[in-house]
Parts: sequence; C-alpha cells; structure tokens
Amino acid sequence: MSFLRIDRAVKQFGGLRAVDEVSFSLQRGEIVGLLGPNGSGKTTVINLVSGALPVTSGEIWLDGRRLTGLRCDRIARAGVARTFQLVRTLPSLSLMENVMITAVFGRSTHWGEKARRVAEDALATVGLAERASAVAGDLTYIDQKRLELARALAAEPEILLLDEWLAGLNPTELAEGVALIRRLHEGGLTILMVEHIIDAVRALCPRVVVMNSGRLIADEATEAALSDPAVVSAYLGGEVDA
Amino acid sequence: MRLILPLICLAVLAVLPLHFSDYGLGLLIGAATYVTLASAWALFSGHTHYISLATVAFYGAGAYTVAVLNEVLPYPAILLCAAVIGGTLALIVGLSTLRLRGVYFVIFSFGLAELIRQLITWYEVNVTGTLGRYIFLDITTRQIYWQMLALGAATIALTAWIMRARLGLALRVIGDDETVAAHSGVNLARVKLIAFVLSSVILTLAGAITSPRYVYVEPSIVFNPTVSFLTVIMALLGGANRLWGPALGAVPLFLVFEFLSSNFPDTYPIFLGLLFIGVVFVVPDGLISAAERLTRRGQVRA
Amino acid sequence: MLTTTVILGLVLGGTYALLALGLTLQYGIARIMNLAYGELTLLSAFVVVALFQGLGLSPLLTLPLVAAGGYGIGWLLYAVMMRPLVARSQGRGRLEVDSILATFGLLFLIQGGLLLAFGANFTSISYLDRGVTVLGVSVALNRLIAFGICVVVGAALVVALKTTRWGLIMRAVALTPGSAPLVGIDVNRAARQGFALGSALAAVAGASISMYQTFSATAGVVFTMKALVIVIMGGVGNVPGALAAGFGLGLIETFVATAIDPGLTLAATFAIFLLVLLWRPQGLFGARR
Repeated sequence: MSFLRIDRAVKQFGGLRAVDEVSFSLQRGEIVGLLGPNGSGKTTVINLVSGALPVTSGEIWLDGRRLTGLRCDRIARAGVARTFQLVRTLPSLSLMENVMITAVFGRSTHWGEKARRVAEDALATVGLAERASAVAGDLTYIDQKRLELARALAAEPEILLLDEWLAGLNPTELAEGVALIRRLHEGGLTILMVEHIIDAVRALCPRVVVMNSGRLIADEATEAALSDPAVVSAYLGGEVDA
Repeated sequence: MRLILPLICLAVLAVLPLHFSDYGLGLLIGAATYVTLASAWALFSGHTHYISLATVAFYGAGAYTVAVLNEVLPYPAILLCAAVIGGTLALIVGLSTLRLRGVYFVIFSFGLAELIRQLITWYEVNVTGTLGRYIFLDITTRQIYWQMLALGAATIALTAWIMRARLGLALRVIGDDETVAAHSGVNLARVKLIAFVLSSVILTLAGAITSPRYVYVEPSIVFNPTVSFLTVIMALLGGANRLWGPALGAVPLFLVFEFLSSNFPDTYPIFLGLLFIGVVFVVPDGLISAAERLTRRGQVRA
Repeated sequence: MLTTTVILGLVLGGTYALLALGLTLQYGIARIMNLAYGELTLLSAFVVVALFQGLGLSPLLTLPLVAAGGYGIGWLLYAVMMRPLVARSQGRGRLEVDSILATFGLLFLIQGGLLLAFGANFTSISYLDRGVTVLGVSVALNRLIAFGICVVVGAALVVALKTTRWGLIMRAVALTPGSAPLVGIDVNRAARQGFALGSALAAVAGASISMYQTFSATAGVVFTMKALVIVIMGGVGNVPGALAAGFGLGLIETFVATAIDPGLTLAATFAIFLLVLLWRPQGLFGARR
C-alpha cells in the first residue's frame, strides 16, 4: 500500500487545466523527483498536496488518510511539510521562533522547552544553530532557504515537499544542499522534490515523475526517464512523435 | 520583579482620584478609557496588522446597551449583557469577515460601524420614536474611573499573558505571513476569531462603563467614528505590537486632543492628519521601537 | 413613478460612475487605496462653488480648471507622499498598511483645511436650476448637465484605455506590474499618471456634484465609501464594471429613497457594500479565481 497517493488529481483555473488527471504515488521512505518544464504544473501539484489549493477533482491520500478537501493547517497537522518556490520566512520573528512554529502548531503540538529543543535540532541540522536569536529579516538568500527547510523539519513531518529548494545556490552550497537532503532521506523521511537541477535529481532520486502541460508523461527510474524521448522533447519544446 | 512596578503604578493610579478635582478626574477617566481602547485594539490588530475601524461599533454598542437597559436591570447584569452582546456581534462579524484582508477589512470595519449607527438611528426614529436616551445610574465618577482602570489593567495583563502563550505566537505568525501560518498548522480562522472576540468584548465593556458619563446618549454621540481613528493612531504611535505601546501613545495623545478640541476645535482634524502622516513616515514601528533603535545606535557609537 | 425612479437613478448613477472611475484607476494602476479620495472630490466642489459665488464664474467654465488642478495635485501627492512608501516597502505587504494610514492622514488634513476655509455648514449653489422634461419626467437641467459630463468623460476614458498606446501601457501595469518593466514600461511613471488621472476624475466628479447637490466639509468619507462600493462591485481596475456598478448604485439608492425610506439610503449603500465584499470580493463582473 502506497504512502502518498495522488489519484487522478485535476486543477482547473478558469479555462486552463493546470493539472490534468495526474496520478502517482510514493512509498514510505522514498525520495522522488518531480520534473517538467516551466509551467507544466509541478508547483500546482505541490500546492494540491499541501492544501494551498483545493483540487477540482480527484483524490489525495496520505498513509490511508484522505487529505482531499482538508484545510492546509489540517494537512500540515496530518504530517505534510513543505518549502515554497519563492522563499517565505517570517521577517519580524527570530530564527528560533520561525522554526518553532511548526513544532508548536504542527502535529505534535509541543510547547515550552520541548518545542525549543525540536527547533534547535532543526536549526542545527541545516547549520543555523549559532544564529537562533537573529531576526529572519536580516538573513541572506541561502540562509533563508535553510531556515525554511528547518521550519519544515521542526514539524517532524511524515512527508516533505521541496519546491525547487536547491534553485539559486552556488556550486558549494548546492553540494551541501544535496548532502543535507540525502541525510534527511537516509534518516527515513519521505521526500517529493520539484527540481530543475538534473545533476541533483540524478544524485538524490532513484525515481522521477515528469509532467508536461499539466499531464504526467513519465513515472520511472531516473536514468530511463531522462533518456525517454517524450521527456526529452518536452524539455526541448518539440512535439512528441508517437 | 516584573510585576512589582506595574502594580505600584496601578496602586498610585487608584488613589489619584481622592486628590483630584472633578475636571482632573474627568481627564483621568478619558485617559484610562483610551488606554483601554488602544490596548484592546492592539490585542487583535497590533500583531495581525488587520487595521480595524470597528472600535466604535463595539464601544457604541456597549454604551447603547446601558442606555437601553439602565432602568430595567441591575448594573452588573447590564455589564454582563454588554459583554455578551459585544462578543456575539464580534463572533458574527468575525466569522463572516476575517477572510477579508488589507484594505477590504479596513473599509468593511468602517462600514460596519456606520451601518450599525444608521440602523439604530432609523430604528429609534421610526420604531421607538425616541432618538435620544438618558442614563440615570447611581454611579459616582470615581467608581467609573476605578472600573475603567481595572478594565485597562486587565486588558494589559491579558495581552501580556496572550503574548507568552501559543495564541500570541500564532497572531505574530499571521501578521507576518498567513500562508506560512496555515502551512505550519495554525488554524487561521480560530486564532483570528478568538483574538477579535476578546478584543471586541473589552471594547464593548469600555463603552458600557464610560456611558454614564454621557448622561444623554444618541447614535451620533456614541458611534462617533473619531473614536475609532483616535484609537488606531494612539496604538500605532506608541507601537501596536508592544505591550505598553498603546498605553504610551494613548495618554499624551488624549491630553493633546483634549486641549485642542477645547481650544482650537477647527484645527483638530489637521493635527490628526499630520499625526497619521508623521507616524507613517517617521516612526512606522512606534515610539518604543524608535527609542530602542536610537539607544542601540548610541551604544554602538560609544 | 417607475420611470421617474429610473431616470433620476441613472442621472445620480452617472456621477457615482465618474467618482468610481477615478478611484479604480488609482487603485488599479498605482495600487494605492486612496482613502482621501472623497476629500479631493469635495475640495474641487468647494473651489467650484467659491469661484461661482466669488467671481461669478460658471461651473462649466471652471471644470477644465479644477480637472487640471486635480491632475497636478494627484501628481504631486504620488511623487511626494506615495512614491517613498512604495520604494520603502520593496514589494512587501507593508505598502498596503502604510498607504492606508498615510491617506487617512491626508483625509483629515484636507478635511481640516476645508473646515477652516469654508466652515462646517452645508453648501449648495443654484445653477441652471430649472426643470427639463425627459420622457415625461421633470429633471433639473443642472443634473442633466452633470450627467452629460460624466457620460462624455467616462466614455472618453474607456475609449482611450482601449485604443491608445497610453491606454495599453496603463492596462499592462494594472494587469501585471511585476512584468511590465520587462517590456520597457516605466511602472513608476505609469503609476504616477494613473494616480494623477484618478485625482483629475475626482475633481471633475466634485465639480459636477457641486452643480446640484448639497454638501459639507465632512461629507468626503461618504463619497469615498460610495466610490469604493462601486469599485468593488465592478471589480478593482475594471473600468466598464465601475461604470455599470455606478449606474446600478444610483438606481438602487433612488429606489430605496423613493420606495422605502430616505433615511435608509446610506444604510442601503453600506449593506450592499458589505454583501458584495462577502459574497464576491473580486467584483460582480470579475472572474472567480
């Protein structure tokens, strides 16, 4: 039985079908890349799973629990954590508070010392432990990305959704980022990551699902997918010859 | 230790009316009222940045409750009624409007106060046939002051407690980014509703407690939108997201406005206008933050 | 009876539509919710009245004058007051709260100035106050002229937005301020123009109001509210929507005043407003997103 199951999900924006009957699933502990050219509906899929947008039709299940139709705070408490494509930190709060909120309001509802400890651990994981009392508004871009990941981790999630978390990093930071995600995966976390950096996907994900124009065009082993003519032509913008 | 200083201040404030003339006592009541209003306003709006102009809707509802019931029920029961009415009104308004954001919420809250005023006026003129009502209660001016002082102290204490609780953290997260709040598991509707109702009940009680001072009550007096505007600017001047900010802004501004409205009633709006613009451009985070920034800069230089 | 209501409602609606056009331009293009909008309208109305009573200048003559003045004031306000706020916010949510508070300040500032200059009494002038029969209903000539001004100015604006290069730029900025610079549009300039043009429209609406309505220095908030109701009903930045909603509100108000109770017109406005905000905050004609 699959852990995260997306079943014929559809998202309609007016006349545009951003996600068109997409189905795929993840096993517990699996790490899967979600690929596709710009505008293919990847972020929309993340938004559907996290509840930022309601599905037009179709269903989404996590560990046998139906997420469809739940508000995003309920979905967060069900164990779904995410980062955002455009980084969202809370500029007037300290790093500690930024990270603590998922521990406090998430599924485990810690408070006081315990919440602090969870947040400290998450900050340490991403390498921000020393700056816990700094204000988030003063952080550099890469540190904001780290902070966002720490916030997702402090939720102690069942599944982590990363939306281009590696984008915009320099080569050194990228290597660190890949290593960090690998550690999280090895620690048993289920991860679905939207990513454009193919090398990172190759390094991290044994399996990928690929979208184009809202449809799922591949769901297979990474190497096979990357040489799949349909996938290649989707990326290069050509038509698929059936 | 942190409790001792406020408690001493409270004790001093409580014995003040024994040494004050009627005029001085009137000023004390006014100042205490605006400290309460600004602090209660900030309880909801200070951290969430939902700028509510509905203050006078609740304040006026409280005053009107007393005006209608003052010959029917004993005083404590009237206060209880006012609290229930304010809370119910806030619940209805909150349930339907707290998903509006930014300017929509501002305008909605302003429109709400006006709508209530218009409806009460219409009802009084056409149904009961009495536009004005009189409040005859056996309450001394000092008792009004003590009640307002107690309500103000309770508001600040409640705010202090909330800011150390989950609710306070949730409100601050909502003020920074509602999307992140929701994705972190914060139940937006519930958090906003709780804070809004708490704030509104206090505003309603403030209107009820102060109403015997009016003696004569009609909609245009107790639903005067200036009360809402003053409350906002007082809280913002001191710093709406600070515990003592609203009180710090309310006391001097109340005295200034009192002075202006009795000596220069015509320039009053101009001053209010300059104050709003000044706060936005000079001390956007309030006086407390500005002072902190100044002292920090002084330390760095030294 | 019904024809009377409809005709009077449409005439009133013309002014409302014009009033709302300016606000929807300011909010749609410059992204500033100008809560002092009604005060600008009043300022123009008082100037027209003062020139009429003092120098005997006909409101129709002073109209272009106050329109130009409105444009200038709007231009200045944007450059001096709004632009620094826009620059400071750097695209963060801060701008909304800041602009609300700053225009609040402006509201009181102008109101105080009007009170000092013209006092708190109700003002009106009698200008071309004779009846003209339209479809069997007697309508005051000044109302008809005011209506004509609104129709001409409103139609000119709609055509300009639809057909000119300038209109294209304005619509582009209103639609996607973020990507407009990519095609070489100076967003700051467009915003300033939009804000200034909105103020000019407020001035024209004020001039036409001064011809037939009684008003006082504290009535600005009511104009702002009505303009806002219409803007929100029509959908923010939607010019034809604002025109339609403006006429709609004029009809509803006239209907409530004649058929139900004149004391409830303002309450009706607010009630409609609250309902629209709750039911369709994206406007009656906007697409649900």
